[in-house]
Amino acid sequence: MSIQETKPLIGRVEEIGGRVSLTDYESGGGYGGARRALTEMSPEEVIDLVRESDLKGRGGAGFPTGMKWGFAKDEPPTPGAKYLVCNADEMEPGTFKDRYLMEYNPHILIEGMIIGAYAIQADRAYVFLRGEYHEPYKQLTKAIQEAQGRGYLGPSVLGSDFSLDLRVHLSGGRYICGEETALLNALEGKRGQPRSKPPYPPASGAWGRPTIVNNVETFCNVPAILRYGAQWYKDLGLTEDSGTKLFGVSGRVNKPGLWELPMGTPIREIVDTHAAGMRNGYKLRGVLPGGASTDFLVEEHFDLPMDYKTIQSAGSRMGTGTMILMDDSICPVDMCRNLEHFFAQESCGFCTPCREGIPWVEELLAEIENGTGCEGDLEILDQQAAYIGGPGNTFCLHAPGAMEPLQSALKYFREDFEEHIRTGKCPYQRGRS
Amino acid sequence: MSDSALVPVLSSEEIAEIEAEISHLPDRESAAIDALMIIQRHRGWVSDESLRAAAELLQMSSAELDSIATFYNLIFRQPVGRHVVMVCDSVSCYVMDGDELAREVQARLGIEFGQTSPDGRFTLLPIVCLGACDRAPAIMIDSDLHGPVDQNDLETLFAEYK
Repeated sequence: MSIQETKPLIGRVEEIGGRVSLTDYESGGGYGGARRALTEMSPEEVIDLVRESDLKGRGGAGFPTGMKWGFAKDEPPTPGAKYLVCNADEMEPGTFKDRYLMEYNPHILIEGMIIGAYAIQADRAYVFLRGEYHEPYKQLTKAIQEAQGRGYLGPSVLGSDFSLDLRVHLSGGRYICGEETALLNALEGKRGQPRSKPPYPPASGAWGRPTIVNNVETFCNVPAILRYGAQWYKDLGLTEDSGTKLFGVSGRVNKPGLWELPMGTPIREIVDTHAAGMRNGYKLRGVLPGGASTDFLVEEHFDLPMDYKTIQSAGSRMGTGTMILMDDSICPVDMCRNLEHFFAQESCGFCTPCREGIPWVEELLAEIENGTGCEGDLEILDQQAAYIGGPGNTFCLHAPGAMEPLQSALKYFREDFEEHIRTGKCPYQRGRS
Repeated sequence: MSDSALVPVLSSEEIAEIEAEISHLPDRESAAIDALMIIQRHRGWVSDESLRAAAELLQMSSAELDSIATFYNLIFRQPVGRHVVMVCDSVSCYVMDGDELAREVQARLGIEFGQTSPDGRFTLLPIVCLGACDRAPAIMIDSDLHGPVDQNDLETLFAEYK
């Protein structure tokens, strides 16, 4: 098998040894998937193929992509537009995979979006890009212009009667805009507050029209599925889940970074082999497997394969697959304080448990860390985590996500919390007290 | 388009860029954020005067446009220095001693987060995860990403920004 057949996302980047230009992309078979879809297949057949491949959303939730596309396709054909939106608002702390794809292989995203837009029959598509992503913006807008020049985008895509206008919307900031209905409000030029659901975006999304929102990495998986087929894609995964995944590691390892590996690669292999293990003198204590809003995993979980189902059964979520490592020099209480500071700040402020609850949690954690915590604080944290975490007490999943690392820290590192309160100080050198 | 006296506050270049965004959207108001970002790219920040002009161009109330502007942390409603320094305070950088780096940046610049240096050279802001976690701790100065940043290199780094 060629590198591209084992690494459909960034295999071409490895072959070229750097950024993939339009010429590099085309000479490696790029835009062949879109050509096949538009010239040989009906939109229904494209959706069936993606459904059969069992591709799941790579933004964190893992929703089956083919099924999602089917929802928009099935929407009654009322006159008016449908929209395809790429969620490129990569703001989950610890996550840096979509940036890499857009900087090094922007045409694969464009091709994936062409196929997706054709499948749901949308003639307008947007990339919702976070405002700090200046380099991805540069690479992506350049690639879009190139694709227009070659007839991959515009009034008659690849000579067919299908047309597609693809635009980049540069975001004004705020983590909450990664939530898909907040993203749609922001795309419409409004405040980025989540909407009440239902209706879900495939029924009523951007400007009230049927809309499909997929993550960058999700779209990037699609071209190869069209080229090599659903069975090939399923066979790539080591466990039940299909395909490959961009796994990343940040923290005190020898080689922090990002690798395209088969879905189901064990955590320990990613950390020890690909990230070259912990730095001398540091021991791995906890892992947030897929961003700040996922539950801690600990030693007993490190041999588990990284896939949606396994990590969920272990009480966490694979999330974005870019893991944050907590080594033994880090105080779990202070790390939780850092995490909850982020979530408190980034709440849109609409729902009371989120707006008022998370800052209270942050304050309690700061008090415990600074040695002024008192007996009963942990019980309050337990209660708050359960109430704020719901789910169901807030519009969106910001608050439940915020409570995931805290609840798991209270479970796995409870002794650390108790020691802070008992001794009135933080036992870690790097702590704040 | 409006023929009011307010719109001329914006340059013809700004107006052309905003109109180009509008042409790709179903209605004028939908370009609200794009318009604010365009103005900021030209002027560094969004003043009351330019906000009112943008609202007129977009055919919406300036109060509503301001409610949008103040929601987004990358839209500045106050003047900023010639260079904006943003230090990541999220978890991956925290794990890599980002809080120590943040203290050192404040000491070197002689300002706290949220402040602008008296000479108008730097504005210092905290920022959430910059998506450069493999290069933690990370800093963004204007549109340049730097990381991993060693606190001993800060002086050389800041010297590049006059």
